[in-house]
Amino acid sequence: MKYVWPIFRREFAAYFATPLAYVFIVIFLFAMGAFTFYVGRFYDNGQADLTVFFGYHPWLYLFLVPAIAMRLWAEERKTGTMELLLTLPAPLWASVAGKYLAAWAFTGVALALTFPIWITVNYLGSPDNGVIVASYIGSFLMAGGYLAIGACISATTGNQVIAFVVSVVVCFLFTISGAPLVLDFFRAWAPLPLVTAISSFSVLTHFAAISQGVIDLRDVVYFLSLIALFLTANVAVVDLKKAG
Amino acid sequence: MIELEQLTKKFGPVTAVAGIDLKAGVGEVLGFLGPNGAGKSTTMKMITGYLAPTSGRARVCGHDVETQTLQAQAAMGYLPEGAPAYGDMTPRQFLNFIAQVRGFSDAAAKARVDAAVGKTELDPVLEQPIETLSKGFKRRVGLAQAILHDPPVLIMDEPTDGLDPNQKHSVRALIRAMASEKTIIISTHLLDEVEAVCTRAVIIDRGRIVADGTPAQLLARSRHHNAVTLTLPAAQAERAKAKLKSLGPVASVEQSDISGTARLSIFPKNGSLLIEDVSALAVAEKWDVKELYAEAGRLDEVFRALTTHDATRAREART
Repeated sequence: MKYVWPIFRREFAAYFATPLAYVFIVIFLFAMGAFTFYVGRFYDNGQADLTVFFGYHPWLYLFLVPAIAMRLWAEERKTGTMELLLTLPAPLWASVAGKYLAAWAFTGVALALTFPIWITVNYLGSPDNGVIVASYIGSFLMAGGYLAIGACISATTGNQVIAFVVSVVVCFLFTISGAPLVLDFFRAWAPLPLVTAISSFSVLTHFAAISQGVIDLRDVVYFLSLIALFLTANVAVVDLKKAG
Repeated sequence: MIELEQLTKKFGPVTAVAGIDLKAGVGEVLGFLGPNGAGKSTTMKMITGYLAPTSGRARVCGHDVETQTLQAQAAMGYLPEGAPAYGDMTPRQFLNFIAQVRGFSDAAAKARVDAAVGKTELDPVLEQPIETLSKGFKRRVGLAQAILHDPPVLIMDEPTDGLDPNQKHSVRALIRAMASEKTIIISTHLLDEVEAVCTRAVIIDRGRIVADGTPAQLLARSRHHNAVTLTLPAAQAERAKAKLKSLGPVASVEQSDISGTARLSIFPKNGSLLIEDVSALAVAEKWDVKELYAEAGRLDEVFRALTTHDATRAREART
């Protein structure tokens, strides 16, 4: 922990030292608003809940989270600071965890800044605030999952554009793995347990379950294992690159 | 302090470092010399634990870099090539970050940062983002970061690259001041730097050590070692050459003419001292001597002989 904290703090401050944080937050909030009110027709639904709002989260994260994650390692590799970081007497897992947690905390800040919409629905009616809290938790966990995928992919390259594009594709596959488009492809030849397993990888399925207002342990475990899996892979990728 | 045993690094089919054996102790300032791509930086990256060796081992203060990485890294300060730093931070923030990762408490960190800032004269730019600093200051930020924890071992990849002569001078003075109690390895292209700061020079070519000795020992391998240069009016040159060649220890005399004067380079047999014989002769013969000096040797000559020789041999081996 004594290693993770300074690395976390440096990384978190780095977002706000450049316009990156502000640009990202503005675009994030604007996109959330635009989708909820215009595409999702929030007012026309006549319901005081945030189902529409949260429904767009997986799809917005699909592009916005890789945009945060792409610089995590690719930038360090490009500017040479990676050599500095990895020759400091801090274990590799601490660097991976510190950088990841900083990025996750940053998405948390962006997500928290959507609070006016929560106030809005409470002003307009009396929504089930328990469901909204659960949805926020689910949304945060989902962002964490995408972020871990993006961090791992960022570690494989010194090129941020490649990191972004590949991350979007991988996140997309994880998002829709429960959709008929993917499952039909596997159903044709794969045994049923495999198809079930693939469908259970879907971020959408687990997020939808949580945003019903029920925080099922299985869904939380799913997101936490997704994060753990990709962060372990992140450590492995950095270590493999060391071996050259 | 630093022990390398058959340290080898291969990148696919390319062998960057081919079995380096080296030991360096306290008080040594070791200069890595070699052409670009010789394996200097790769060797340093393996010593500091950034790259894992393909085979062989590196030990720092008794800690194996591969198995006891953190202990070894704690004992080392490292200035990577190009002195990378987080550009959005100020030197103070950056050095504080390094101090915290190195495990200093807030008060100790402050004292360490202040000391490092003092040694590298960073005060004027302490609150400016690093990306806005000049090359010289950036380099000094990297230096400050490397010496922050007062490590027993310092590894610096081209510490004076891109600095102006004044800055070079102060960095070299800093290295010399720390030298007595540390083991220092620097890599450089600048041969005068080796003579200025190093107690030992290691020439690396194509991943191998091709020479290892004190700068004086390397200079002794130069053709110009103890050679004497004598400048006198062109009219006296022929006679002087004949006389000089008759001296016992003289191997050969070469002449180059510069606007009415002749510069004679007198090479000794077996590197013996010539200057006394030559000056005695000049006095006895009443030559109008304009210049008379002995050379210690030319490091660039030794460098070229050792490194191009190998390159030629490699080319021959390929064809």
